[in-house]
Amino acid sequence: MNYRMILYLLGWILNIQSVCLLLPVAVGIFYGEPQWKTFALVALASLVCGILLTLKKPKRSVFYMREGFVTVALSWLLMSLFGAVPFYLTKEIPHYLDAVFEMASGYTTTGASILTNIEAMSQCAMFWRSFSHWIGGMGVLVFLIAIVPLTGGHVMSLMKAESPGPSVEKLVPRVRQTAFILYSIYFAMTLLEIMLLLAGGMPWFDAITTAFGTAGTGGFSVRSLSIGYYNSHYLQGVVTVFMLLFGVNFSVYYLLLSNNIKKALKSEELRWYVCIVAFSILCITWNIHRDFYGGNVYEAAHNASFTVASVISTTGFAISDFSRWPTASRFILFVLMFIGANAGSTGGGIKVSRIILLVKSSLREIASIVHPRGVNVVKLDKKRVGEDVIKGTRSFFILCILIFVVSVFVVSFDGYDFATSLSAVAATLNNIGPGFELVGPVGNYAMFSPLAKIVLIFDMLAGRLELFPMLILFSPYTWKGGLGAIKRRLPWKKESM
Amino acid sequence: MNIIIVGCGKVGATLAEQLTNEGHDITVIDTNEEAVHRVTSECDVMGVVGNGVVHSVQKDAGIEYADMFIAMTGSDELNLLCCLIAKKATQCKTIARVRNPDFISERGFIKEKLGINMLVNPELESANEIARLFSIPSAIEVDTFARGRIDLMKTLLPANSPFVGQPIRHALGKLSGKVLICAIERGGDVIIPTGDDLLLAGDKISFVASRKEAGHFFKKAGFTKEHIKSIIIVGGGKISFYLARRLSDVGYRVKIIEKDKEHCENLNQLLPDNVVIIHGDGSDQSLLLEEGIESADGFASITDIDEENVMLSLYVKSNFKAKTVTKINKMNFEGIIDRLELGSVIYPKFITAEMILSYVRALENTTGSNVQTLYNIIGGKAQALEFNIRSQSDAIGVELMNLNLKKNVLLCCISRHGKILIPSGRDSVQIGDTVVIVTTNKGMNDFKDILA
Repeated sequence: MNYRMILYLLGWILNIQSVCLLLPVAVGIFYGEPQWKTFALVALASLVCGILLTLKKPKRSVFYMREGFVTVALSWLLMSLFGAVPFYLTKEIPHYLDAVFEMASGYTTTGASILTNIEAMSQCAMFWRSFSHWIGGMGVLVFLIAIVPLTGGHVMSLMKAESPGPSVEKLVPRVRQTAFILYSIYFAMTLLEIMLLLAGGMPWFDAITTAFGTAGTGGFSVRSLSIGYYNSHYLQGVVTVFMLLFGVNFSVYYLLLSNNIKKALKSEELRWYVCIVAFSILCITWNIHRDFYGGNVYEAAHNASFTVASVISTTGFAISDFSRWPTASRFILFVLMFIGANAGSTGGGIKVSRIILLVKSSLREIASIVHPRGVNVVKLDKKRVGEDVIKGTRSFFILCILIFVVSVFVVSFDGYDFATSLSAVAATLNNIGPGFELVGPVGNYAMFSPLAKIVLIFDMLAGRLELFPMLILFSPYTWKGGLGAIKRRLPWKKESM
Repeated sequence: MNIIIVGCGKVGATLAEQLTNEGHDITVIDTNEEAVHRVTSECDVMGVVGNGVVHSVQKDAGIEYADMFIAMTGSDELNLLCCLIAKKATQCKTIARVRNPDFISERGFIKEKLGINMLVNPELESANEIARLFSIPSAIEVDTFARGRIDLMKTLLPANSPFVGQPIRHALGKLSGKVLICAIERGGDVIIPTGDDLLLAGDKISFVASRKEAGHFFKKAGFTKEHIKSIIIVGGGKISFYLARRLSDVGYRVKIIEKDKEHCENLNQLLPDNVVIIHGDGSDQSLLLEEGIESADGFASITDIDEENVMLSLYVKSNFKAKTVTKINKMNFEGIIDRLELGSVIYPKFITAEMILSYVRALENTTGSNVQTLYNIIGGKAQALEFNIRSQSDAIGVELMNLNLKKNVLLCCISRHGKILIPSGRDSVQIGDTVVIVTTNKGMNDFKDILA
């Protein structure tokens, strides 16, 4: 394990975070809030630690998958812990654990909040909360790759560990260029949304934070009523469309930009995604239009499409309390939570492409019983998918279910009802935010016990980083020999020897 | 430049690695998924799995935007076809690896009529390299610059040399000004010496000189090895064929020992009659003795098995006087190999990669004073670079003693109008010169980078 290199990269993460913290400082100064000083202080502390760690570039920069996963997991933990400090120091969130929960929820683009009254927060704190979505959406290490010249093919293992999807591919030969293109698309789309929201009459601050929330598919809003506060079909429509767009694989946009429209639209994952969304909207509209919207199909469709977009892209904005919808609709939403967005997007969940692979490879098993000697390779976009990818997808699915079960088990001891416990874990593990009942769109996560909150924080991080980095960080295999080696190097051990 | 490489074998992978390190954007194509995966996980390149001949696969790899297309698969015909199709798809430069001697003899036709810009034959290049090593028996390594006009030679200073214990200035005496010692390798460290540094026994010395002056230098340094007359080659592959043909042309007595009967007969048919072909196992010591290893001046172990080559050379080096050359195909333990007393070692994959690299550099070099040739000397710890000076900069036209050079940079040779100049402090670099520098600093891209 290349500890020096891991520390070096963590140092860079702190540097980036401190620069990011300058934005809320600016917002604080702009609105004349005293909290900006706290943010500035934390930014400074973060910068000092970061610079100390990045002062010397390690000689050996060789880096393997294992280091990549550990670095990514540690960076996200570190960011959540550090990013939470300003909330705690300004006393806007009195308990540090709650602050970490809020921040982890921000960075992992979950959008699950422990705040009961959002409007009481200072503007700069609200801005920081939303901005963390934007940083976390595309990933901070991807950003790091784009700006810091790291050489070698090993850099790819960082990107693989952070970017979602069963097999991460580059768009162009260079990792750095790839990261840069991704961030450019991300930035341009965010800007477009801000402008469209402003055109609909949304105030500046709200437009920017809402766009951050949508872009990262996060879901923090600056209003307690979420997007429901803006009583405009246009604004809600814009958010709906952009939630869906940010849930699409970014390589599709790259293909569109490089004039490869045919290939872009042929993406199998995109087609499944569109089909799933359309089907869900139809079902839910039909299911709710009579009892909830008095037969007004247009209104029902509007609400259904906003909610479906919000859940499948794992954003978690709300315009209506879908907790009260009929069981069939809620069940569809629950399933959508797990399906999640596309691979290579900013969304969470299991990812549509994994679902496609799971379905196809399972169907193949049926076929192989009918024709025991038949050969059936799994294809995606007319290309063969390697057995290792399928194996990885299956184990991902099983691990996902396992973590879900264990987490629900722990959370259920808090004694809340079944739907609350189940959906709280589902909504955090898949980075959505609001679940059903007590944790629904009008509720929040404040009432959970500290233990449950820790489990949910773990779920959020594990969900955003696609399980393996977090599992590898806490796996004894990773540290076997590693921990022993550290222990052996401790000074008091030497004396006793 | 955007470069596509078809074939992720030894050469393809080495090339991909070195070209990315020089800042090019590489996409590799191979039918073998595992091979592609191995390259993409080690270097910062994009991989495409598929047959490089197929146009749609080339399109996936971005042939429209490619500046260069390099075909490095194991098959000549495939390489040629790949290049032809790429050439039709876009006006990129194409390079094909072609090994069949039949094709090589039609080099001109293929280049002109098929429009393939460069044909590389790793075996032929390796054979040339070995022949060059035999022509200067006292050198362990010979790298050439300025189209072969300048040689950078490396040699091991023997314990009985009169140079041992003397400062360089003193040791060279009259030769200074004609020979320049540009790097000393001592116990794993590299020194870029000044005239006051002492020479010690066991130093590996790299120096620049013309062939003639190099002879004087070797004599003065106490090397006793004279001209090589008879050479034994173990292994009868394509390199042996090219090598034996070349060596026998210039009058060496060559013996080839090869295990495979059919190969032996083929070689016998193709090579001139004065090359002796022995059918037998080269690793059999009694056979080597029988064939006169004791009296041979040169020995090349170029079988396909690296381990066998290493063992053979170690055996010959420690028991006989012959100068040894060892071919290593894929072993990656460079640090270890350097420490073994193997004599000269050649790596065909690096030789091929270096040829293509210099072609790529030359293409880029139409403006500026960029690197023309780059050799990693001394196990990658120091580099020798050749610059073609094309444009004005602060480093040009100023007397060298007035230049503020970076530490560990040595300007060792200037080639002007075909003449070789070992520069002194009063000389200056002019536009149109070819300049060779040796440095332990990495990442020099332009001649003006030598300034501090």
